[in-house]
Amino acid sequence: MKVTFPHMGNAWIVIQTLFESLNVDVVVPPFNSKRTLNLGTKLSPESACLPLKLNLGNYLEAANAGADTIVITGGIGPCRFGYYGEVERQILRDAGYNYDVVTLEPPDGSMAGLAKRIRFLAGRKNSWVKILKAMRFAYLKSVALDRVEDLIHAARPRLPHPLHTEKLYESAKQRLAQTMTEKGVQDTVRWVQETIRERQEGLNSMAEGINKPLRIGIVGEIYTILDPFSSVGIEEELGRLGVEVDRSIYLSGWVGSHIFRGIAPGYRSIRSYPRHAKPFLPHFVGGHGLETVGAAVKFAREGYDGIIQVFPLSCMPEIVAASVLPKVQETYKIPIMTLIVDEHTGHAGIQTRLEAYVDLLERPRLLRESIQTREGVLGVGG
Amino acid sequence: MLVDDKYFLGVDVGSVSTNMVLLRPDNTVKEALYLRTQGRPMQIIQEGIKLLRSKIGKSAEIMGVGATGSARQLAATLLGADVVKNEITAHAVAASRVNPQVQTILEIGGQDSKIIILRDGVVSDFAMNTVCAAGTGSFLDQQASRLGIKIEEFGPLALEAKNPVRIAGRCSVFAESDMIHKQQLGHSLPDILAGLCQAMVRNYLNNVGKNKDIKGPIFFQGGVAANPGICKAFEEELGQPIIVPENYDVMGALGAAYLAQEKVGSRPGTRTRFRGLDLGETRFLAKSFDCTGCANRCEVVEITQDGRSLARWGDRCGKWSVAGVADTAISGLEQKEEQRGA
Repeated sequence: MKVTFPHMGNAWIVIQTLFESLNVDVVVPPFNSKRTLNLGTKLSPESACLPLKLNLGNYLEAANAGADTIVITGGIGPCRFGYYGEVERQILRDAGYNYDVVTLEPPDGSMAGLAKRIRFLAGRKNSWVKILKAMRFAYLKSVALDRVEDLIHAARPRLPHPLHTEKLYESAKQRLAQTMTEKGVQDTVRWVQETIRERQEGLNSMAEGINKPLRIGIVGEIYTILDPFSSVGIEEELGRLGVEVDRSIYLSGWVGSHIFRGIAPGYRSIRSYPRHAKPFLPHFVGGHGLETVGAAVKFAREGYDGIIQVFPLSCMPEIVAASVLPKVQETYKIPIMTLIVDEHTGHAGIQTRLEAYVDLLERPRLLRESIQTREGVLGVGG
Repeated sequence: MLVDDKYFLGVDVGSVSTNMVLLRPDNTVKEALYLRTQGRPMQIIQEGIKLLRSKIGKSAEIMGVGATGSARQLAATLLGADVVKNEITAHAVAASRVNPQVQTILEIGGQDSKIIILRDGVVSDFAMNTVCAAGTGSFLDQQASRLGIKIEEFGPLALEAKNPVRIAGRCSVFAESDMIHKQQLGHSLPDILAGLCQAMVRNYLNNVGKNKDIKGPIFFQGGVAANPGICKAFEEELGQPIIVPENYDVMGALGAAYLAQEKVGSRPGTRTRFRGLDLGETRFLAKSFDCTGCANRCEVVEITQDGRSLARWGDRCGKWSVAGVADTAISGLEQKEEQRGA
């Protein structure tokens, strides 16, 4: 048995770790690329959302490396992703790929069923103690990954060489993927922290004043906000434009609430979002629609400068959220922009919107500052 | 006169048109060019510069250059622009310079349409069409040529309508089949054209203008503003007068020229990066290739002038763009620092 799984941003590091510590053969599919999308699009119904197309592309690419079993999470409620495991199994079968598909449902249904599936994947040789230990370690790694990601979010607008920051991020991910000890995980986070601090100190000694960067909260559908390929690198782009981004959902927060039922909160718990959303959207609408609204309210209350919602074309829960967000915008006087992503890999459209949005947030501030400096000059002169 | 010989150049390279504006230091427009891009932005930019050169004196001096539009990066590289800005900011700057009171800008261009909401001269909200081109100029172009009329005749004919027919505006494919159907039933051409204008305006307001607080004064700019049929449909739908500014078709370029003026004016002593009016005579070449360095397989484009590499872009990691960086390729961060330093 060779297990593979769909890509979603950095999730591969965590999933690979989980299976490797159980000595299960695992195939990490090649990263999402135009090729992945092309392969997936050929097999997908045209109106399916972007994640399905990318998932299928991942499986086809993994099949070349000998994968024969797919692990995917399931879900309940009105989001199509919940049945993608089954849909994908049938599509692959029709296309001539004999994949076993194991859908890990959240433990709302039968716990015994979930246990059976985990046992199937882990094989006979692993004891439950070992399985739980492996899950705990993978979880720790996902929290560390999220911390690293957040450090990079903060570093991008503050450090002068975008390329160096991206390199740091890449090597941190490589280190995290390779280490199999808790110490190694912690050391990597510390290494990233210290590297950023050193680079920043270098700046301060050169007396380069660093203004407080704009802060933008990114909310929306989980796959597209966690996966930079689908969002056309929006976080990196905003970082280059001098913006510090934060996100409504981080991988470990989702894993914590989705798989561990909130026993482990993850790096950024998503538990408070429904409470924040309540005045605007009082009930579950499928997917992460409720979390999107709640996170937008939370970001607004925390004084963020702007909010960007990202979702794949035709995502129903996010369409519901998108129709609620104008109320949030009005209540908190915070500009909210919605970006819909689909198969386009062209950068220009997204870039224009991001630049214009950052201008929108920044120009009032620049005008204010220029008035202040003028007043300052007048004060001194007069 | 010496003063008359100094200009700021604004260039807006869009999908359908390439516009250039020469702005005098006293904020009046010396020349405005509206050229068809025809899928060859590099040649058209060069032709535009040649044309401008023929219209101004030998001693003329370009003091600053601004580039905008979807090919702004390309234009900035070719020209040596001092400021590169997205078209939303450029349109907003131009409109608020023409009329500081303006609160709404409707802009419909060749491939995209946008709405910009301004309050106190500052952009407070905007939207662009995301996944649909039904409400854009190229659709009108297409339908005009199908009906065998010139695009210039479209608007005046639509105004003659007595009883506009209803046409589905949600999707350009539906609109076209609906139009053919109505035409085969024997409705008059003006009625069909007026119906199409109404459908397009409905589509625009439902998609792009959704949830936007549209207040007057309202500016209507972009190439489509030349069509009085669309203007009338907007006025009927919004119940407010629509103002089409004098340079409606080159507002993006005008905004870019104003931004160049702001940039150069705010830092006395800086010299423009403009490559000179003779760039129309040099040879620009664009090469593209797929980088095989990683799974991203970025499509990298390289621009050369007379064999010398000016810039490369398209790569996510920066491997190529940094290696070939030219003096004009300003990253957002650098640009910001410059603004702050100013």
